[in-house]
Amino acid sequence: MLAKRIIPCLDVKDGQTVKGTNFVNLRQAGDPVELGRAYSLQGADELVFLDITASHEGRKTFSDMVERVAATLSIPFTVGGGINELSDVDRMLSAGADKVSINSAALRRPELIDEITRHYGSQVCVVAIDARQEENGEWQCYINGGRIPVGRKLTDWAYEAQERGAGEILFTSMNHDGVKTGFANEALSQLAERLSIPIIASGGAGRMEHFRDAFRLGHADAALAASVFHFGEIGIPELKKYLRKEGISVRT
Amino acid sequence: MEVAIIDYNAGNIYSVIHALQRLGIKPMLTNNAERIAKADKVIFPGQGEASNAMKYLCAHGLDNVIRNLKQPILGICIGQQLMCRHSEEGDVDCLGIFDVPVLRFQPQRHEDKVPHMGWNELRFTHSDGLRMKGVIGRSEGATLAVQEELIPEGLFQGFKGGEYVYFVHSYYVPTCSWTIATTDYIQPYSAALHRDNFYATQFHPEKSGSVGERILRNFLEL
Repeated sequence: MLAKRIIPCLDVKDGQTVKGTNFVNLRQAGDPVELGRAYSLQGADELVFLDITASHEGRKTFSDMVERVAATLSIPFTVGGGINELSDVDRMLSAGADKVSINSAALRRPELIDEITRHYGSQVCVVAIDARQEENGEWQCYINGGRIPVGRKLTDWAYEAQERGAGEILFTSMNHDGVKTGFANEALSQLAERLSIPIIASGGAGRMEHFRDAFRLGHADAALAASVFHFGEIGIPELKKYLRKEGISVRT
Repeated sequence: MEVAIIDYNAGNIYSVIHALQRLGIKPMLTNNAERIAKADKVIFPGQGEASNAMKYLCAHGLDNVIRNLKQPILGICIGQQLMCRHSEEGDVDCLGIFDVPVLRFQPQRHEDKVPHMGWNELRFTHSDGLRMKGVIGRSEGATLAVQEELIPEGLFQGFKGGEYVYFVHSYYVPTCSWTIATTDYIQPYSAALHRDNFYATQFHPEKSGSVGERILRNFLEL
């Protein structure tokens, strides 16, 4: 059986990992390469490194880090943050990344998805979507780290991304992110119904049951989390043991 | 040991280089026929599109170089598919080392996503009903099932079945007489092939953690 994937996400700023709560209040959490290696040994199925550095020097630091990760790790990893054009994608893939995740740039210029998939194939193109459920119940997409609404509905944009060739959708619920009360299972399930590409659930992991529910109720193909792993609140080996016991197929 | 990685403009070469370096090997990346022919081991890796890849190989005379190799060669992912007879991807004739076609996955249910991406299990048993050799048993109900044990050796020395490896692909090789491991996605298909000195895997050993490392080490020890 194709295994459900557990993906630790490492936010990287100036070569160090950080993680915010509700997109603010960043806390330090270690060296990304060492942390990545530790996760790989623990049984993480994939890793995501998000560059949240704004400066040009920071970008170079990030490329160097990607090269070190590629030399060290023997599991797939995705990089995101600051990818705005094809040359950024090329730089990341040349540094050894397996996939790139694009977010705001894709909403600003959706053709970027077509360009990436035409050049490198669908499998390298992860479209990340930050969305918030508004008071009327609708899920709206946001850009710039969740600061600016763009007036597009989650499922419509996700479907367009798929049709343009995206290989996976990484959906972060802004309502759930950092709150640790579980993933946005209803929205995930609606996405799974509409799309035919894999969906990565993100935002809301606090307990092991939350992962089970993202797979069972949200029909997600993978679940991503940061702080519960970084601060040792959930260990990946115990999480996988729990999921297996719950009848969910995971890699041993 | 000299390990040549065939350079034919296919993606994802770096991870193969890094994986070999972690095993203490400094591979050479080359499209030079002579250097490839002289290497102790050859790796034919890649990600990409079949018809373009074949065009490149033929234009550089690498098609015949690969067919005539006598040392162990390992095709990975598109490398495996190019070693087959024909691919539906771009409707192109391939190297014909394994006389079997490469087909596109046909989803049967909404949950069957293409590409097949992620970690899936290796099996060392055929149960596809295509091969008529081996032990024939009757399964539950009326279907006649053919089960043939494949004994893991060579590439899969020390494997028991159930090991997880990493896949990313939309086209697959059906089970055939050269199948040495299968994986079940939509239907059982060839996860790995072997004929004489030719080895191939549909999955990416270089991205498959410690299991993949063991496969690469097994290959280097052939």
